[in-house]
Formats: sequence, structure tokens, C-alpha cells
Amino acid sequence: MIALEVNGERFELLLPVHKTLLEVLREDMQLTGTKHGCELGECGTCTVLVDGRPELSCLVLPIQVEGRKITTVEGMASGSQLHPLQRAFAELGAAQCGYCTPGILLASKSLLDGNARPTRDEIRAALAGNLCRCTGYVKILQAVELAAERMG
Amino acid sequence: MTDSNGFSVIGKALPKVDGAMRVTGQAIYADDMLPGRTLHCRILRSPHPHARIKSIDTSAARRIPGVQAVITGEDLPVKFGILPVTQDERALEHEKVRYVGDPIAAVAATEEEIAAAACDAIDVEFDVLEPVMSIDAALANPRDERIQDYGGPNNIHKLVALEFGDVDAGFAKADHVRDDVFFFQGNTHLPMEQHSAIATYVDGKVTLWSSTQVVHYVHRALAKVLELPMNRIRVIGAAHGGGFGGKTDPFAHEIVVAKLAMLTGRPVKCTLTREEVFYAHRGRHPVLMWVRTGVTKDGLITAMHFRSALDGGAYGSYGVASTFYTGALQTVTYDIPAYRFEGCRVFTNKPPCGPKRGHGTPQPRFAIELHLEKIARDLGLDPVDFKRRNFVKPMTRTVNWLRVTSCGLDDCVKNVIDQSGYRNRERRPGRGMGFAISSYLSGAGTAIYWNDMPHSEVQIKVDRGGVTAYCGAMDIGQGSDSVLAAIVAEELGLQPDDIRLVTADTDTTPIDLGSYSSRVTFMAGNAAIEAARKMRAMLVEAAAANMGGDPESVAVGAGRIGDFSFEEASILAETRFGTLTSAGSYTPPKIAGPYKGSGVGPSPAYSYSACVVDLDADARTGLVKINKVWIAHDVGHAINPLLVEGQVEGSVYMGLGEALMEEQTFRKGLHKWPSMLEYKSPTFLDMPEVETFIVETNDPEGPYGAKEAGQGPLLPVIPAVSAAVFDALGVWIDEIPVTPEKIVEAMRRKAKGEPARYGPPRFPDIPYPPCIKVEPPPKDLNVAAPAAI
Repeated sequence: MIALEVNGERFELLLPVHKTLLEVLREDMQLTGTKHGCELGECGTCTVLVDGRPELSCLVLPIQVEGRKITTVEGMASGSQLHPLQRAFAELGAAQCGYCTPGILLASKSLLDGNARPTRDEIRAALAGNLCRCTGYVKILQAVELAAERMG
Repeated sequence: MTDSNGFSVIGKALPKVDGAMRVTGQAIYADDMLPGRTLHCRILRSPHPHARIKSIDTSAARRIPGVQAVITGEDLPVKFGILPVTQDERALEHEKVRYVGDPIAAVAATEEEIAAAACDAIDVEFDVLEPVMSIDAALANPRDERIQDYGGPNNIHKLVALEFGDVDAGFAKADHVRDDVFFFQGNTHLPMEQHSAIATYVDGKVTLWSSTQVVHYVHRALAKVLELPMNRIRVIGAAHGGGFGGKTDPFAHEIVVAKLAMLTGRPVKCTLTREEVFYAHRGRHPVLMWVRTGVTKDGLITAMHFRSALDGGAYGSYGVASTFYTGALQTVTYDIPAYRFEGCRVFTNKPPCGPKRGHGTPQPRFAIELHLEKIARDLGLDPVDFKRRNFVKPMTRTVNWLRVTSCGLDDCVKNVIDQSGYRNRERRPGRGMGFAISSYLSGAGTAIYWNDMPHSEVQIKVDRGGVTAYCGAMDIGQGSDSVLAAIVAEELGLQPDDIRLVTADTDTTPIDLGSYSSRVTFMAGNAAIEAARKMRAMLVEAAAANMGGDPESVAVGAGRIGDFSFEEASILAETRFGTLTSAGSYTPPKIAGPYKGSGVGPSPAYSYSACVVDLDADARTGLVKINKVWIAHDVGHAINPLLVEGQVEGSVYMGLGEALMEEQTFRKGLHKWPSMLEYKSPTFLDMPEVETFIVETNDPEGPYGAKEAGQGPLLPVIPAVSAAVFDALGVWIDEIPVTPEKIVEAMRRKAKGEPARYGPPRFPDIPYPPCIKVEPPPKDLNVAAPAAI
């Protein structure tokens, strides 16, 4: 039995030992907002936050994060109030197909939580491990900047 | 608020209607679905590029606890394929495999790991055949047997030869004739979402949710292979995680999960691994090209002869259309008075190629833009002026019978040339700018399977103030749902978030042919206008009757119909007319020319783009850094400028990836880079600043004058990159991608006094048939053309 804290909620689960955090989030907790693109740690799509830092959930075993605070995209909004990053992404069209979006939102959140007004190059560096095939990244950069401005 | 053109929604930069759903993780993609009792499916795929199957023994797999069903090609023998002329695929192959990754058997089990273990336990005996791995090999006599049993000679799939006007006479008139050879390596879509499908079988009906771009074509393929009437099958497009053309064919896994659901009575899901996605492919064809153009000394084109050879992979897919597309659109940007096109597609033992963003046209666009750049330099002319002198004019017909209506090429060029400072660019070694133009379809003018029915249909239902629009169109992230909502809202005086949408569901929505060929805004948009105007007429008539005035005096807008709120008006109208429904449809005009093969190329409207790329190229290392891209796109009328910008920026990004790094290549039948780490694509660190100019020409037939935005802007980026490398270093890279190795090799050749070029040395001898000679149509659109076919 393992206890995980996800989005402030405590889950007690009996799991096969080989199951990744990604699989547990999606299949055992029905938190399907976390997506997968490669399951090899290459694309950034499955990024979640562990104690506020971005981690690739496809490379993490639940036992490694027991007792730590896990945040998924479902945990970003406060009630029905979108996080400023979510609002900026929706407003500026930074999510086209939206499949890479949860991972990029969380990596951006981690960045802004530690650096309230990052430069464009700092945003690029923070998100360099997240691939997006739709947007050309342009609107994502603008959305992170807009959210930082509003949060500042 | 209504703008000066009388619009309150159209033309406004509004967020997508599904924006909040996509940023909160609430959009349900196919792999997010996991109904109770779901079985997991894995597919056993061929390890050999070319082999006969001698036997398949599934008995050990069936004995594994948790395995619920195992199927092979004998369970699904009926062949299918996206084009009616190439029904050459099986969901599972039991006679012969033609590429590494060709599906052979499928397992449904209680756990994915069990299904995978069961696949490993299937014993297949192969008789291995010599693989055919290149265009040259496919043209030669096969050592063993041919890959497919149609086409020919040898492994040629398709040959086409067309001549419009007198090409030899055109070359005779020329003061300068130049030949060039180019190669465009294949690449793949790399959608972030792996393909996924889940099927159920309840009450004798199959329901399939899939990450497809075209629910209708999947519906047709399922009916054929499962041998069920279409009314026993329902296909629903799940939230879509990226297509770019890669989810436009019906796929084996979609058919297999449906069959397994029928056999087990349980939901069955199959999600491809990333490696399988690379082998599913259907991406950009590798194309070898030869082009000869004649010009006068003033720089007017007198004739062009274009040859293409496409490496198609193992199956037909969209390949016949792709082949024609490598020759079709050259004439839509440049006025070519005489034009000969010879195309050839070959089969090879590689994953089948098909449509990727720009379908069949980025390769020839790369070739002719660089070719014309070289001709301009031969003549001592400025490349921009030379190209501009040959631009097509609006409201004309091309020599190959394509109808050009609106055309904003001049404005596009002016924007990017002026704003980039191209004319006054810094001239120093290692720094360069390149320029190119392009054009693309706003929807294919003919359907995949010939018929005279509409290409798009929209229904609207109104009751108690609620508006629901139904359409088969599939939003793949480009925002087609938002475009539909915007149009219906505009016509009914509402806002997009007042409109409920039901899309991409073959049970509940009328036909739309889906997200390919940049067709949705144009076709579904026109259908939506028709449906919405009929609904508006009923609301207005009911309001007028209750106001005691005539319908013309009833103002619609800001949520009101005359003196009434929209809800009040809807109640009055329902009282007057009964159930409030309306429908609209769009059928493209019959404009295909009177010759065989004329179905590929016609479109109700063409978009136009121009691009300037600024880069640094290192002469020693060959490394290229893109500094900035200026791109102008003639979209006709931007229904939502925010979404247009998103499409243009995404196209620039994908074009840069193709130009500089992306390649789908094979060694002994195995993909060289079947992972997201090895298959290089641009990251946040690679993407330069993009300055986008939206050019509006108000197309006469587009919805509110709109044309496409999703594919055209990719096309000029690729040749502009190569032209900029020449500008920087004085070497021609006539092969895509433009990698550092190729630049270094070209620099080495230049230093040795050899031609300063990297590219294919020659174009092979291909047994093209004699050209079908086609008389060009009257150039002026106002002069009637002979009856089209």
C-alpha cells in the first residue's frame, strides 16, 4: 500500500511495483489531464510538479514520491477560477490541440513560482524540454509573459 | 460591438471556444477513455521489410491467462485504402508483409503487458524477400518479387505525364534555359498525441472513438472491412492531439479494436507506442525532382518541364494524389504559358508515405523557388523582381485549368520585403536572407471518392434561446469548432460562447469530409452561413410578425432580434414554425479541367504566402541559426486573426523543422530515429522570432471572403532557408534538410573549385508514358471555358 498526495488530496493505493507515476495518475486516479507523448522522458508532455519542481511522470515510480506534494494540471485552478497561466494560454491561443499544454503549464508554473518576471530567454530555457508541434511556441512564450505580468 | 464592416464576431481575435477545456485537462482524448472492463490491444508487427508469411501460430498466445482474443488477417481479409483506386491494405496481413511495422496479428487482453507478452508468443514463419529500399532500386528489376501486384513496370506504382500548351515551342522561344535537380528527404508529422482508438460493441452496433482527422473516411473503411452497413457503425472524433495529415488515413488499429470489441463484447483500446507512430507514418514523401525552365532575357517564363519521382513506401495511401500534387500547383503562383509534368511514384519496403501539411507541394515548391532564384542570378536579375514579374494575376485560369480568383501575392511580397529590409540587408559572409513565395488549396475541389454530394453540411437547432450547431468537421487543434461557432454567432447576433457545438460524430452530425486539404473554414464555413441565415430568417420573420413590421426592418445583433431578446424571438419562432431546425451545405464548383488527372489541384480558392528568412550560417561548422522569419499570408479574410496567426506561426515552425533537421530515413528497413529524442524537431531554443502579416483579399466565394491558413504558410519557409544559406555562404544546398554536414561538404567543394553545391547528381531514367496533351483554357476567367468534366 502506498499513499500519494496529489493536488492536496490523499490517495491510498495498492499498485504493481513497475507502474509509473504517469500510469498511476491516469489509470488509478483518473487524472487524465496528464498526457504522454513518448513514455521515455523525451518530450516533456507528462510533466507534473513534485514539491513544486517539474518532473517527468513517465520516469518516476510512485514510491519515489511518497510523502511529497504532487501537482497535476487538474490542481492548477482554484475551484472554478483558472490559474493566470491557464487563463493566458486560453486567451492567446497558446493551446491548439492542447495535448502538450498540461506539461507546459506546469513547467511554466514552476518557473514563475521561482522567478516572477523571467526574461524571454529564461522562459525558453525553462521550457526547452517540452515539445509542441502546433504553435511554433510563439503564443506560449507570450502567454507565460502575460501571466507573469498579471501575477506580478 | 459591430465594426465598420458590420461584423460583431467575424474578424475579432477571440479565444478558442474550447480553450478552457484544453488548459484544464478536461478535454477527453481517445487514450483518456477507460470504461469498465476495457481490454487492451497490442499489435504484432513485421520485423522484416519484405517477406512472405508461411504460417502464423497463435496457440501459445491464446493460452496466456488474461488473453481474451487473438486475431490475424484471416479474420479481416477485406482490403481497404483511402483512395478507391488503391485498395491495397489489410488491417492485419496474413500473406505478405511489406515494411517493418506492417501489422500481422492483434491481441486483446485484460492488461496491456499481457497483450504485449501474447504478441511475443505468436509464432510467425517468414520467407524473407529482398527488400527494395530506394527509388533507383524500385525502378530496377526486382531480385525477388514485386512489392505490390499492381502498377509497374518493376516497383513503379504510378506514372503520369501531362502537357499543357506547346512546351517545346516555349523552350524554343526562350533566351535562357536551365535545368536543376533537387531532393527533398521524407519526414513525419510527429503529433504529440500517439494514435489511439477505442471501440465498443453494444446491441449489434460498433462505436469507435479515435484520434482521427476524418471520421467519415474511418466510417467507410470500417464498414467495408467489418462487412457491416454504415448504419451499424458510429465513429466519433475524440479530442484531438495533433494531426498535420498523419491521422487522415484509416488505420489498422482502428479496424482491429472494432473487430476485437465485436468478438469479446467488451470495450477494446489500442494506443500506439511512439515507435509505432513513426512506423504508422503516412508522412512527407521523399521526392527527387528535375526541372527545366525557359525564360526570355527580360525574365519572362516561356515554358517549364517538371519531373518528380516519389518514394512512396509500401502501400498506396494517398500516393496517387500526392504524385499529381507534385506537379499541380507550380502554375498557381507563376504564369507558365506552357507546362509539362511527368510524375512517378514507386513502392519501397518502408512505411507508406501520404499527406503531411502541404501534401505533395512543399517538395516542388522547394525545387522551383530555388530553381527560379538560380535563373534570376544567371540573368543578373533581382530574384524578387524576377519572380514578381511572373506572378499569376487574379481572376485567371492557369495553363493546367486551375481557376485563380483572389490572389494577394503582390501584397504578401511587399510586406515581407519591406519589413525585413531584404533590399538593404547586411552583406557579409555568414549572414544571409532568403525569399520565397507559395500557394495552397482552400480545400480540395473533388472528394476522395467521386460523388456529387456536398463536401460539408451543417445543421442548426434552436429552442428556448439555446443554439446548437451540428457538423461532421473534426477540430484537430486548428480551431475549426471556433470558426463554426463564430459564423453561427455572427449570423444570429450572438457571441461564440452562446453556441453549443456537436461535431465529428457520424451518428449525430451531418457529413463533413474532415480536416485535410485546408478545407474546413472554406467548406464548413459556407455550409454554416447557409444554415444560420435560414435560421435567422425564421427568427426575423417571427419577430417581424409580432412587431407588426416587415422582416427587412428587423435588426439582428447584440443578442436581440428586433424588439425581442434572442430567447423571446426563439419562442415566437417555434410557436410559429414548430421545431426550429435549419441546414446548409457546401458543394465546390465543378471546375476540374477536361483531362484525366484534373481532379487533383482544383480548389475553390488559393491562399498565397511570401516569406523572408534571416539566418547566420557558420562556414566552418555548417551550423545554421535562424534569426528571424517574416511571413505574409493572404487568408482572404481572417475570421479570427488570433487563430490565423497561430496557424501561420505553427507552419513557420514546422517548415523550419523540415528545412533544417527533420528526416524519416531507414537502415535495412529499420527507422534510423524512431524516438522523439533522435528524430530532431525544433525546441523552444531553436524557434526564432516570427513577424506575421495577414493579407486580406476577400475571396469572392469564401465565407466572408476567407481562405485557408493551416498549410500554405509552411511552404515558402523551406526554400527561403536554403536561399538564405546561399546568400550567406555562396553554396547551394539543393537537398532538404539543409544539415551542417551538407553545408560543410558544399563549402569543401567550393574551396576546391568544384560546383559550390550539395544535392542529387542526377535524375533517373523513368519510363514515363507519352504525355496526354491538353489544350489550355482561355486565360481570362470572364471568358467561358469549354465544359469541364
